[in-house]
Amino acid sequence: MTACKEAHLISRRSILGGAVSLSLWGALPRRSHAGSRDPRLLTVILRGGLDGLWLASPTGDPDLERLRGRFAMTRSGESAGLPLDAFFVLNPAMPYFHGLYQKREALIVHAVATPYRERSHFDGQDVLESGLPSVGRVEDGWLNRAVSGLAVEAKANPGGLAKASPKGLAMGAVVPLVMRGPASVLTWIPQTFGIPLRESTIARLTDLYAETDPGLAKAFADGIALDKVATAGGTAGVPSKLPTPAPPQPPLVREFVDTAEAAARFLGSADGPRIGVLSYNGWDTHANAGAIKGQLANRLGGLDAAIKAFAEGIGPAWKDTVVVIVTEFGRTARINGTEGTDHGTATAALIMGGGVKGGRVVADWPGLSEKALHQARDLRPTRDLRSVLKGVLRDHIGIPDRALAEVVFPSSGSVIALDGLIA
Amino acid sequence: MTHREASIALRRFGLGPRRGDLARIAGDPRGYVLAAIGNRQGAIVEDAELEPSHLSFLALRTAQRDQRTARNMLLEVGKDAAAPGAKSPPGSEAAKPDTLKPVAPTSIGDGSAKPGEIRREVFREEIRARLERAVTTDQPFLERLVYFWSNHFCVSVIKGPLVRVMAGAFEREAIRPHVLGRFGDMLKAVEQHPAMLVYLDNAQSIGPNSPAGRNRGKGLNENLAREILELHTLGVAGGYTQADVTNFASIITGWSVADPQLAAGVAGNPRLAAKFGGEDLVPGRFVFTPNRHEPGALTVLGKRYEDRGIRTGEDVLGDLARHPSTARHIAMKLARHFVADNPPAELVDRLAKTFRSTDGDLAAVARALATSPECWAVAPRKVVPPHDFVVSLIRAFDLKMRPPEAIRIAAAIGQPLWGPPSPKGWPDDDDAWMGPAAVRERLRIAERVARDVDRKLDPRAVATDLFGDALSDAARLAIERAEAREQGFELLVMSPEFLRR
Repeated sequence: MTACKEAHLISRRSILGGAVSLSLWGALPRRSHAGSRDPRLLTVILRGGLDGLWLASPTGDPDLERLRGRFAMTRSGESAGLPLDAFFVLNPAMPYFHGLYQKREALIVHAVATPYRERSHFDGQDVLESGLPSVGRVEDGWLNRAVSGLAVEAKANPGGLAKASPKGLAMGAVVPLVMRGPASVLTWIPQTFGIPLRESTIARLTDLYAETDPGLAKAFADGIALDKVATAGGTAGVPSKLPTPAPPQPPLVREFVDTAEAAARFLGSADGPRIGVLSYNGWDTHANAGAIKGQLANRLGGLDAAIKAFAEGIGPAWKDTVVVIVTEFGRTARINGTEGTDHGTATAALIMGGGVKGGRVVADWPGLSEKALHQARDLRPTRDLRSVLKGVLRDHIGIPDRALAEVVFPSSGSVIALDGLIA
Repeated sequence: MTHREASIALRRFGLGPRRGDLARIAGDPRGYVLAAIGNRQGAIVEDAELEPSHLSFLALRTAQRDQRTARNMLLEVGKDAAAPGAKSPPGSEAAKPDTLKPVAPTSIGDGSAKPGEIRREVFREEIRARLERAVTTDQPFLERLVYFWSNHFCVSVIKGPLVRVMAGAFEREAIRPHVLGRFGDMLKAVEQHPAMLVYLDNAQSIGPNSPAGRNRGKGLNENLAREILELHTLGVAGGYTQADVTNFASIITGWSVADPQLAAGVAGNPRLAAKFGGEDLVPGRFVFTPNRHEPGALTVLGKRYEDRGIRTGEDVLGDLARHPSTARHIAMKLARHFVADNPPAELVDRLAKTFRSTDGDLAAVARALATSPECWAVAPRKVVPPHDFVVSLIRAFDLKMRPPEAIRIAAAIGQPLWGPPSPKGWPDDDDAWMGPAAVRERLRIAERVARDVDRKLDPRAVATDLFGDALSDAARLAIERAEAREQGFELLVMSPEFLRR
């Protein structure tokens, strides 16, 4: 264990050493036109392993029906999906996303996977979030390291991104691994009680923590700061709601939508954070998956409502926004014994936003024949998810290739950023 | 006298002091913790208002079926109305009023409750009992062990109504009796508990070559088998493969929950009963269903298991409980939970060794933990999780907070009771609960409860009562200089000493 810890300390130093990061960010020419915009990035993590074949279904693949039987999505009839192209259909629970796709503001990358090839949710999420090629280090995540890069950049180019907060945003009580790390992170949860905090108590606690507890000092300061971002827009602490009462929604949808609305408000505000993350749980559909009608359809419907709430909530900033939706792994190509699917490998990722070159499914389709499946079981990955994330971070946020390969996704030099995702 | 050890006993090994506790145990803090381990049955909760899990299961299932029947009746009526001239045949099933009656009356509700009412009533009683024990216990170390194991073997109400009505009973039935017993016994009780079988889908898993599998074209679900290996026993690096997962999943096919209709169906029919788990099926209880069990010998972790029906899976569990990877995995989790991330290697080694040499005697392991010098040496690091934070508030200030309110507050800052986000349970690293918004909301909670503290109490005196000299000078000074009594309590609640353990 001691050896483990030392190895970890060394890698942490080499990855996060300020001098290294600074030179990688500051000295290299920028490829993107990010400087002329004010880019926002929201990453959504679907925890539990989203079944990519039920999200975007390859109805053009002759093996689909054999594997999914009566649960296969089709081009017409009762199980019909929404058409994407001649080969794929989208789950019918996602009409809003489909509208974005038709407006060319959304795309799907299919048959993607992280480098992780086992089937543990928790290791899978660790690899997805740490941005490392394998399981092992769970101290900080790629999104936080991207935020650190922005902070360095803000210092180097005071006229550029400096007006935005070089802080990350994490929706929820617990900061997920992907956003843990050296950069400050603001978090959001709904207020417990509608009472204003007293300035004098805040000041006294700030002094107390400064003297006794650096960790609490940072967390407390960030917690108070986000209250202020929210307040600057009008309502104390809580993101304002639309004046007209929304039609009643199931609790699941309401929960998804509330978080997305709040995220839109923070990322959309002039001096707020620019890079955020939120997680939705419950995609581990081992039994009675209900992809067309049932639990998975309900969740995808909630996700679609959340996408709508975010896209509409962020307002004019949508043109400078990219949303990336990812999951730790896909599921078995074949339906299991209980009308669900077990842990698998490749899956689909969703990318959308005003700046996205959308209206297409990006896939080097491996096929679903027995021979084509990974271990005769799962959709075979034909693209590394990191190449997709790199493409977004480089062309949307403006992080140079070398920083992506060495700092954000360490040891990923051979994983080339996917070109052409951003208009 | 220094209060450092007494404060560790009450916080690292407890749920925070009540007034008077510190002075009471200051003479022998370690003895205070060890005394709890001597109370072998001390973690068990007996409460006349609580139902065993199978009765809650049965009540919910019955109510769900009645609701469906009623809904179908309405649909039928709707159809009739839509088709002019069509009449409901006088003897039609749906129209029979007696189909609305519950099949088996239970003690929950009066037999006509809706599913939502049953869910709420069962859950309300369970959280009341759990909170009562938490805020009144004199041996909080036992509660901490219950919470640790309940989290290690977690189920989550996120799964749906069936788990929601059984989650509290699961803890009382499968966890509490064993926290000072044998790990192997707890493991078996957990994996054969209906709440776990529903939560991780094994209740529906069917051997592809079993009679049911061949007839119905249904089959395996590997969810429970994988999480037993990864989370409950060996740990993710414990040395198993995908083939081990699949084979183990086959071995525990047939481990299910007795369905009320099935139980009624096999009564008095010995041939059917043999296929479905025996004549004395109790609806809502664990059952081994031979009809769903995958036949044949299978290999797990290099050992071949001949098919002995239910015994095969129990044999595998026994071997997993004794596996060195399990000892190591449990030792590491305990040390991280009670001490800190990256706990001293000597501590982990000692716990693992005790676990192995005593065949998983959890009282011996708890004693090894409580007598380890490292546990009394390492400074408080871990941010107190939301649930325990709320409990510690109630204990410290003798708040008259109603249990649903306490549970709601803990949920608002990230920890709904029995509702972890995944089978891995709640995060347990030192700073997991230090999300900025949640820390800020703790202050809001502190403001709220400070108003409810007995007006006769002085924050300076309470701080001394609860912490003695274990409170930092800076915190003490801040409380002394508070501009109002309420603010003094807020600063005490938000002091690093109150927030970490």
